[in-house]
Amino acid sequence: MLDIFLSSLGHLFTLPHLLFMVLGVLVGLVVGIIPGLGGIAGMSLLLPFLYGMDQTVALGMLMGLVAVIPTGDTFASVLLGIPGSSASQATVIDGFSLAKRGQAARALSSAFLSSMIGGLIGAVVLTGFILIARPLVLSFSSSELFMLTLLGLSMVAVLSGRDLFKGLAACGLGLLVGAIGMAPATGEFRMNFGLDYLYDGLPLVVVGLGVFALPEIVDLLVKRGSIAEEPCNLGEGWRQGIRDVREQRGLVARCAAIGSLIGTIPGLAGSVVDWLTYGHAVQSAKDKSQFGKGDIRGVIAPESANNACACGAMVPTLLFGVPGSGTAAVFLGGLLLLGLQPGVGMIETHLDLTYTIIWSLALANILGAALCLILARPVSRLTQVPFATLAPLITVLIMFAAFQATRSTGDLLALGAVGVLGVLFKQANWSRPAFLIGFVLAPGAEGYFYQAVQFQGASAFMRPGVLIIGAMILAALFIPMLWSLWLKRRQAASGGAEASAKVEPPTLGYIDIVLFVALLGTAVVAWLNVADLTLIGGIMPKLAIAILAVSCLLEIARCLILRPQWQPQAFGLQGLWLFGFFALVGAMLLLGFITAATLFCFVFLLTIARLKTWVAAVMALGVTAFLVGMAEFLTLTYPSGLLDPLLFG
Amino acid sequence: MKINKTATSRLSLGRLKKAALLGVAIAGLGLASASQAQDVEVPGNIKWTIPFGVGGGTDVWARFFSPWLSESLPGEPTIMIDNVPGGGSINGANLFSVRAKSDGSDWLGTSASTQYPAMLDDPRVRYDYSDWTPILATPTGGVVYAQPSLGETADSAMDALLAQPVKLAAQNPTGVELPVLIALDMLGADVQAVFGMRSRGEGRLAFERGEADIDFQTTSAYLSNVEPLVEAGKAVPLFSLGVLNDEGKIVRDPAFPDLPTFNEVYQARHGEAPSGNAYEAFRKFFASGYALQKLIMVPKDTPQGLVDTYRQAARDFVHTDAFKKAADAQLGPYTPVIGDTVQRHLDDAMSIDDATRDWLADWLQKEHGAKI
Repeated sequence: MLDIFLSSLGHLFTLPHLLFMVLGVLVGLVVGIIPGLGGIAGMSLLLPFLYGMDQTVALGMLMGLVAVIPTGDTFASVLLGIPGSSASQATVIDGFSLAKRGQAARALSSAFLSSMIGGLIGAVVLTGFILIARPLVLSFSSSELFMLTLLGLSMVAVLSGRDLFKGLAACGLGLLVGAIGMAPATGEFRMNFGLDYLYDGLPLVVVGLGVFALPEIVDLLVKRGSIAEEPCNLGEGWRQGIRDVREQRGLVARCAAIGSLIGTIPGLAGSVVDWLTYGHAVQSAKDKSQFGKGDIRGVIAPESANNACACGAMVPTLLFGVPGSGTAAVFLGGLLLLGLQPGVGMIETHLDLTYTIIWSLALANILGAALCLILARPVSRLTQVPFATLAPLITVLIMFAAFQATRSTGDLLALGAVGVLGVLFKQANWSRPAFLIGFVLAPGAEGYFYQAVQFQGASAFMRPGVLIIGAMILAALFIPMLWSLWLKRRQAASGGAEASAKVEPPTLGYIDIVLFVALLGTAVVAWLNVADLTLIGGIMPKLAIAILAVSCLLEIARCLILRPQWQPQAFGLQGLWLFGFFALVGAMLLLGFITAATLFCFVFLLTIARLKTWVAAVMALGVTAFLVGMAEFLTLTYPSGLLDPLLFG
Repeated sequence: MKINKTATSRLSLGRLKKAALLGVAIAGLGLASASQAQDVEVPGNIKWTIPFGVGGGTDVWARFFSPWLSESLPGEPTIMIDNVPGGGSINGANLFSVRAKSDGSDWLGTSASTQYPAMLDDPRVRYDYSDWTPILATPTGGVVYAQPSLGETADSAMDALLAQPVKLAAQNPTGVELPVLIALDMLGADVQAVFGMRSRGEGRLAFERGEADIDFQTTSAYLSNVEPLVEAGKAVPLFSLGVLNDEGKIVRDPAFPDLPTFNEVYQARHGEAPSGNAYEAFRKFFASGYALQKLIMVPKDTPQGLVDTYRQAARDFVHTDAFKKAADAQLGPYTPVIGDTVQRHLDDAMSIDDATRDWLADWLQKEHGAKI
């Protein structure tokens, strides 16, 4: 054993290995920072060079890349509110709120430090765990996986707080949207309405960007000013972030452990870890009032989990050849190109290489997080720039990111459509995370439920693992409720009548009413579409429709019974900006992506941001250069339109 | 660089020319042979559309082949891999059929999941294999294996398998498991397929967890992940699908010379060779999904001279020791099939008569509740 440790350490610290690892880290950071690219694009940049390379050196390069992707994408999620990849969606909620409060440097420095520590803990756990992981991974059958998706879904209740029915309705809608595409059980197509684009369902990146990024851009454009609404002291914030991590070291350790263990379960990985740990942070906090408005724990928890999860995801990839995440799937391809067949052999004959992989992950994590920590302070200045200057660049960036999803124009239209929903949700204060959780977990919940019933019959739900996770779900749902009841009773006993629970009236506004009508209408249309499906092919969308409709009706009933508090909800200006977005998409289809993006930036910077002509021109040309360069690197074909073929070949 | 080539000279001088070419290649001149006939120029850049995501099986396959192809083509063109995933490869193939230029600069890499929807008349398919010309195909094999709880030996496991309903984890009713499902049904097994796996690997996991009673893996995954299970007494191999020889007959798989093929098992159990609509369907889907699992295609209008150049370039390297050694890890112990043989097998596989298609539609509906 010791000789294997030493031999892998020997591989680790050879000069070529370190050099190529640094190369991987740098590529990973760049790719991570540009939203929408993420691990898959990064891997595809490196893969062409892989075939024929020395195994350990090539592995170092790949691991450098894999390790830092969940680190680099934090920049976009915290500073711009753009979820760079699926691993950073929970970070957006509190990270971007902190940035708006002028605490971007604090959020970033604590995110990077917890990323680093999380990654290290993940690697340590993995070093021992990989030897005994096989039986443990195999003990998670389809029924336990189904229960884990339920556990993820139960976080909706934790996150929606007072507006439980609105949260459930949002989650139901997410489940319904997630059910678009092929039914896993029968291969039937559902709710594609004859559109080719919907056969595969909506891509996660597009939904994430539409739900989080687009509404924030619109909101900031309406408000004007810069992202940071309050004055900020970057240096002090940076140090504060480091202190935050030290104070929350228990949370970091717990989330990293959760991350690395969930990561080892094939098929779930990144999608639930974020929300599970975020939910855990909310639950374990005494004062929950700041979550969603900028609580540093909402950044620390998912960030310490996602790097650990990237480590954990190596277990199923290496031991079973079943990738635990999108990035791991590409990494698997890399292994095959290097002539390494994943499987038991990675433990029995290639154990030294396996350890080289794990420890390269740890080393790259340290390196990547350190680089990001240094960058955090200067880059945080972005939040002080007037937003109108940033807006066109960010808009083009998220359109570019969305276009990466399937590389079809449908991506841009879907981004706009989900964006409308996101803006409505944001203005009426419906839970956007609940929608996203439903969307992310819909395929897993359905697929694993069906498999569990098919494989194990009724006994699927009597397995010890299932019961344990079931108990955890009940605890997550009811312990906080019982706790607050008990607190109230004690207060009532000691403080008299005035402390007794006063039912808070629900709030209502125009957008709420629009949403009720639209969601119930959606439910009817969707029901008509799935009515003809076979029982097992249609049960999931029908269940989602039921959740959506019943929650909407219950909320309406609540408003009818308890006199609601009328709330003004503005939409005029937001609607105008959204219209502008669709006009931009139209221009891109007509003129070509690059031409329209360049013209849009130039005109916007000139007329709305009121920059000097030459500054606007230089920035617009920068956008052109970026898009053309990316097309070259990633062999992209943008929507060409009329002018692009003439101007850019 | 100008390349001249005729079909006749290639046929008569095949072997001699191969030797000459090898010599030329070794000398590092990078020149191919020269004779008369039409002039065709190999494009400097070749865009190879792969309708699958980066890192997937077909992508890795293409990345493995591209340096070999590039080096043995005259002028060493740059081969650029363009991944267009979506719709289980249908989107990319549709786009290729609209966009591809027929000057030899556009190639397509297809796989079983591109072939099957075309054979099943999937409404999303807007491409047609008769619009394309194959350059090269790589075959794969596959093995069906069972839990030892069914029986310690292949025979006893097979007996138990036929006596009781068994579960198999599959991707979807019309996925790569289709010929396996047909074969098991022909043997008389009552297979309850659990669909929704996202890869064959997930199916194997379900088997290893004990959820599935039988499973099926293609050669490379079988060798690396199932063979250890067999050695540990945790899996019993039942039969292989076999391979297609040049005459189109199914024979034993060189990767599994000791395992009987499905045809042999059927013969032993039923006393006659398999036949009828079911076997016809099995044979066609086996041929297009396994014997010709992955294909390099160019548009039909690509000049014949270029097609011949591409095929010759492939012939030049597939028999070298260096390639065989490298290919063993990537493709298994199979030699790529090149040129007219591919065309012949492909034409045969992709043409399904109405009786077979009707049988298949009926069978899918009855056995697996799937409509095509």
